Amino acid sequence: MISIFPSLLSGAVITLQLLASSMFFGLIIGLIFAILRINKNPIINKFAYAYSYFFRGTPLLVQLYLIYYGLANIEFLRNSFFWVIIKEPYWCAIIAFSLNTGAYTSEILRSAFQTIKKGYIEAAQSLGVTKKITFYRIQLPIAIKQSLPAYGNEIILMLKGTSLASVITIMDLMGEARKVNVLTFKPFEAFITAGIIYLFITFIIHNIIKFLEKKYGFQT
Amino acid sequence: MELLSFGDTGWGDELFFATLMTIAVSITAMAIGFLFALIFTPLKLSKIKTLNIIGNCYTTIIRGVPELLIIYLLFFGGTGAAMYVASIFGYDGYIELNAFITGALAIGIISGAYSTEVFRGAILSIDKGQFEASKVLGIKKSIQFYKIILPQMLRLSIPNLSNVWQITLKDTSLISVTGLVEIMRQSYIAAGSTRDPLFFYSIAAVLYLILTYLSMNLINKLEIKYSKGY
Repeated sequence: MISIFPSLLSGAVITLQLLASSMFFGLIIGLIFAILRINKNPIINKFAYAYSYFFRGTPLLVQLYLIYYGLANIEFLRNSFFWVIIKEPYWCAIIAFSLNTGAYTSEILRSAFQTIKKGYIEAAQSLGVTKKITFYRIQLPIAIKQSLPAYGNEIILMLKGTSLASVITIMDLMGEARKVNVLTFKPFEAFITAGIIYLFITFIIHNIIKFLEKKYGFQT
Repeated sequence: MELLSFGDTGWGDELFFATLMTIAVSITAMAIGFLFALIFTPLKLSKIKTLNIIGNCYTTIIRGVPELLIIYLLFFGGTGAAMYVASIFGYDGYIELNAFITGALAIGIISGAYSTEVFRGAILSIDKGQFEASKVLGIKKSIQFYKIILPQMLRLSIPNLSNVWQITLKDTSLISVTGLVEIMRQSYIAAGSTRDPLFFYSIAAVLYLILTYLSMNLINKLEIKYSKGY
């Protein structure tokens, strides 16, 4: 049990890297698409809806395979400089995870934007605050604060999602556990130890979000 | 398009049966999840501390650990355990567990954890007065549960159970790693032998979208039907 710990921990580092980078890109994507979703133009609106519908309606594994195996099939992508990125499983995983979590994040933020009381915006308008400042100073902070609990869940879902990276040859925590299982034929030790590490990470994320919620939580 | 034709030359019939397999696994897993939820929801709501801890451990651990890990644990661990048990009875050959049963069980355990949370929320949102009223009327606890609480709990949980169903349906794609031929596995095989992964994984994505779309519509209809009069 102790002998497999170092290799599992090195896998956990990869898992955390994958998680951090996909959450970062996912947040940016989610924010953009949430803004597109509340746009009044039906075409922009529908486009953003289609994006989130596709990524929320299909399994993450399909998205990962589509990007890892599928994109390599397109001739001009293979000849362009994108090939440097999409030939690496690591970047494919980050692209797939970012797009996936981006879709969920956009839904979380959209519902947060839509539940902001109209009175706040009207008050800002009557005070002569410009639309841009209303958005950045009033709508956005409230939306972020309101979506904290749901976003915390999304981080944990994504942490679990990163385990799929192991099926496209990335040696993350799950990949290391699989390797240990194959080398030692001790599935219980390998997977239960990995499970404990996953639970530990979940526990830490959960508590950080709880702390942030307490500190910045928004009461209406 | 001829890649999708039915018969020996195309993958249409294979993908069709794979879709049926996905539906079958999802429904089985959802049913197993229901059983788990019906066992663990009372534990989570129990006033006895030990039972409470058992219930909480189940939902916390299962929801905090990757789905893939539970599938691997059951698949590899299950094989090992089955062989160990068999070796006690003097059988030393290799035993392979049925991929359908282990897969459905693994996804069922996961979906059960989510269903437990849904049921718990539903029971907590039932008005306290109803428990008190039935107590005053001298209704037995078991009858109170089956005739008063359970029907309302099910009605209240329909919207959230539709989320659990979606999660379960998408999780079944993970069983493909154990070799069960469902949509994902079939597309993997087809993509491998035709060297056209883009096409077949797109088909897989479309099939999943159709499944989620149809089931959402069905559940919405159920929700409207059962919320009549409220």
